[in-house]
Amino acid sequence: MRLDYPSNIKIIRVPCTGKVDVMHLLRAIQKGADGVYAVGCLEGACHYNEGNLRARERVNHVRRLLEEIGIEGDRVRMYNLSSGEGPTFAAYAREMAENIKALGPNPLKQH
Amino acid sequence: MKSESNLEKVLSAGHFAFTGELGPPRGANAEEVRKKAAFLKGNVDAVNITDNQTAVVRMSSWAASLILIQEGLEPNFQMVCRDRNRLAMQSDILGASTHGIKNMLCLSGDHQSFGDHPMAKSVFDIDSIQLIGMVKQMRDEGIFLSGNKLDEAPKMFIGAAANPFAEPYEWRVLRLAKKIAAGADFIQTQCIYNMDRFREFMKRAVDMGLTEKCYILAGVTPLKSVGMAKYMAGSVPGMDVPDELIERVKGAGKGKAAEEGIKIAVEQIQEFKEMEGVAGVHLMAIEWEHRVPEIAKMAGVLPRPVV
Amino acid sequence: MIVAKRKPFDEIKDFLKDYKKVLTAGCGTCVAVCLAGGEKEVAVLNAELDMARRLDDNPIELGAITIERQCDREYLEALDSMVGDYDAVLSLACGAGIQFLAERYPEKPVFPGVDTTFIGVNQDVGWYEERCRSCSSCVLGLTAGICPVTMCAKGLYNGPCGGTNKGSCEISKDQPCAWYMIYERLSKQNRLDNILKITPVQDWQNQKPRTVIQPGYKTSENSAEK
Repeated sequence: MRLDYPSNIKIIRVPCTGKVDVMHLLRAIQKGADGVYAVGCLEGACHYNEGNLRARERVNHVRRLLEEIGIEGDRVRMYNLSSGEGPTFAAYAREMAENIKALGPNPLKQH
Repeated sequence: MKSESNLEKVLSAGHFAFTGELGPPRGANAEEVRKKAAFLKGNVDAVNITDNQTAVVRMSSWAASLILIQEGLEPNFQMVCRDRNRLAMQSDILGASTHGIKNMLCLSGDHQSFGDHPMAKSVFDIDSIQLIGMVKQMRDEGIFLSGNKLDEAPKMFIGAAANPFAEPYEWRVLRLAKKIAAGADFIQTQCIYNMDRFREFMKRAVDMGLTEKCYILAGVTPLKSVGMAKYMAGSVPGMDVPDELIERVKGAGKGKAAEEGIKIAVEQIQEFKEMEGVAGVHLMAIEWEHRVPEIAKMAGVLPRPVV
Repeated sequence: MIVAKRKPFDEIKDFLKDYKKVLTAGCGTCVAVCLAGGEKEVAVLNAELDMARRLDDNPIELGAITIERQCDREYLEALDSMVGDYDAVLSLACGAGIQFLAERYPEKPVFPGVDTTFIGVNQDVGWYEERCRSCSSCVLGLTAGICPVTMCAKGLYNGPCGGTNKGSCEISKDQPCAWYMIYERLSKQNRLDNILKITPVQDWQNQKPRTVIQPGYKTSENSAEK
């Protein structure tokens, strides 16, 4: 299956989105990424029971932290899909890229 | 006589007592107190003056009590534990007594989160049972809570509240016993709507001999509307309003709910007059003072005894 | 443990607006366990501050250190060699730790990064509930291990108020009535007699700063301070 997704996305693999920490997401933005998103299993289908639910909570937390600072929270998102859904993965990647394009570059770059 | 108050005299002479209630105004408005008092004068033996009821700031209860005395009525000075520490309580008790206040009702007080200053720091230095004991000690032993002697004891007829309807029910009468043991001379109950439960409560109180030690006044609040009945049932903690009663007020039809509410209150008072152990009724006609004369008349509690 | 909450970001940012070099000091005991002021929270806060100050074109240099306990001289000592390099210290310890740190470096502005909230228990990760008000005269022996001072919204000693509502407190249906719980538990243990007796007024001992010197630890120095 050859699927197109935006080439400017860098994938970091983790065993479970439950492993994704607030600091990972925050650091990505701090270091200049325009956006960062976590892609986890469908809710209710986590192999570790609730890793993806915890990830969503953390993503929401980081979105609030960024808003506090004055950076758009929507630069950080969470998506869910099942492992067989390659096309959905690509669709979400395009959606995120569109979202970031609309928001423009990370405001920290201008400072 | 512990206090020589009119309420104490009425009760000790064996009359069926009838007390009213007056909420002080939200301002320095003495006229408002006089206006409400006029409806109660001659129709009740004493008038409870609420103390920042529902944790909303109002004219202080002792100040409004003094206006009542000037108007020729007898106040029942309410004091809550929420707003005063033991020093303020004792000095207010002395001050109130000096100015001729002879009845006191000792209460915990609604939590400040209900009121107009929800972020206030509450006091609760002592609780209502400890307050009862403190007033008794001041009156009977002439000593402050500290143990130091006081100069001229305040002669107070000591009241307390009881809620016959809160769970666990088996504890309600034991709570009552505890307040009586602390020194309560009379009890005014929470508004009664569930008559079956109240009958049970009174039976147990009589069986335990509590009505020999203390006068119990049954609390009555006439329902003004279906909305009020539903509000009391659903939103007022510790209140027990049976569905049949709400239906009855509803069934009265448009514009007649208030009359039905009064009719229910009158029926209740008539039953209380016959109920073993009930020494009187405390009528809490909330912002309805002007209806007290007709309720008293319909219930057959007039004229009030002169003792 | 002592439970704290991170202060609102804007409040912290405002404390530090005039400082260019700040040391953020975490505490590795209570506030680390309750996820408010440990090593990780120091890192998150520093990342936030760094980004916010860059956006304001007012960059800040931030140091980070988390010591075992800020309420203990033995551990605070680790800061001695660092504090001099900074304009101010932002402490994420509880109120006690912050004060002990500020007392050690009286020349240095010290700011709180958390609001110390209560002494409580860990219900689940990130979920804490208050259990003790440190009143200095524990009545748990009488009340079946349920504290009326803390768990009753009015701190009543002689049973519930009239607002007890089907097992809930009058302030909220979600807040259990402490006295209802006390009654239920004592009843199961056949110890109801405990609460039929009148509990006398409390001799409040938490109305002035308290000092404890444990038996066997009296010295000429600490008894002189008393």
